[in-house]
Amino acid sequence: MRTGLIARKEGMTRVFNDDGQHVPVTVLKVDGCQVVAIRSDEKDGYTAVQLGVGKAKVKRTAKAQRGHFAKAKVEPKKKLAEFRVSPENVLEVGATLSAAHFVPGQYVDVTGTSIGKGFAGGMKRHNFGGLRATHGVSVSHRSHGSTGQRQDPGRVFKGKKMAGHMGDETITTQSLEIVAVDEEDNLILVKGSVPGSEGGWVLIRDAVKKTLPENAPKPAGLVTVREAAPEQDAKQEETAADEAPAEDVKAEEAAAETQAEATEEKKD
Amino acid sequence: MNTVQKLEARELEKLQGTKDVPNFSPGDTLKVNVKVREGTRERIQAYEGVCIARSGSGINASFTVRKISYGEGVERVFPLWSSRIDSIELVRRGSVRRAKLYYLRDRRGKSARISERTTGHSIEPRVSKKDKKAASAKAAE
Repeated sequence: MRTGLIARKEGMTRVFNDDGQHVPVTVLKVDGCQVVAIRSDEKDGYTAVQLGVGKAKVKRTAKAQRGHFAKAKVEPKKKLAEFRVSPENVLEVGATLSAAHFVPGQYVDVTGTSIGKGFAGGMKRHNFGGLRATHGVSVSHRSHGSTGQRQDPGRVFKGKKMAGHMGDETITTQSLEIVAVDEEDNLILVKGSVPGSEGGWVLIRDAVKKTLPENAPKPAGLVTVREAAPEQDAKQEETAADEAPAEDVKAEEAAAETQAEATEEKKD
Repeated sequence: MNTVQKLEARELEKLQGTKDVPNFSPGDTLKVNVKVREGTRERIQAYEGVCIARSGSGINASFTVRKISYGEGVERVFPLWSSRIDSIELVRRGSVRRAKLYYLRDRRGKSARISERTTGHSIEPRVSKKDKKAASAKAAE
């Protein structure tokens, strides 16, 4: 099982295929998708990679999160998500994934949060027919009608389709075809529609119901693989690079000092 | 420009490079050479009629061509940039005062005619003011 990608839904357009037929496509952008953490079998009980995407302001990132990103030596990300992978497809922390992770012609499952519709009636939410327009129906043309029987059972059965909150839920659309991949702009063109609004985050995975083509890159389509630098150097780099990790380092030092003092006091 | 617009512009540029679309407008008589696939063989079939509407822009542009075939009105909508269209020939320019000529659907024979346009936009190649000035200056010399 390969990892997936986090992408932003940019909108829909059309492309013409070689036959001259037009294909409706959704444009998904993979914006700096990096591995932020690894979940291992020994430590966490399962294998997965945690990916981050987008660029978050350091100022707006919580301190705990800053520490998390600093540990991975990546810039703060706007969206994080975990993807379960098989042990041979585990990636290095800090590796950047590109849109070339998917190949044209392969099928993917896309998970997104659907557009919220608020409190919707039965007609909109469950395709009920409503009541008649005439023949004595008054004020309740769009109502759902009866919800049950009489004194026996005397209650409404669980799961009865009624009016209620619609949309704003996680939806996965399965087996969507990849029409084209633009490595330059990191765009993925998926045939058909994808759940969610434009600008929303979606998770793209290899389709579970289709076989993965041979030419799909394994373990993943990477841009660059960062070399693991010695720890001290990395820390110095970070202090130079941005404020957040620097604070962390200071905090750590301070913590270490207080601990040292505490131990000294204990010794005394 | 957002990502989608950029993508569309790039795609359109690619399509524009492959074929030459004349500058036509509603009321013009067109001959659309359509690629038709019969089994494995492919041939070109001409479809001639009046363009009664153009819609959409950029890569999404399409146009409607109406003709009377064996006494029956036929309308076909073509995507402008589809590669199923081999070429578009401009047969005759028409003088009309509407962008959408849907009124032709209710008309037959004489009243459905469109007179030829001899003046107005895109009859002569468009010359910018700057070029015109330059040309007149040259003529003066």
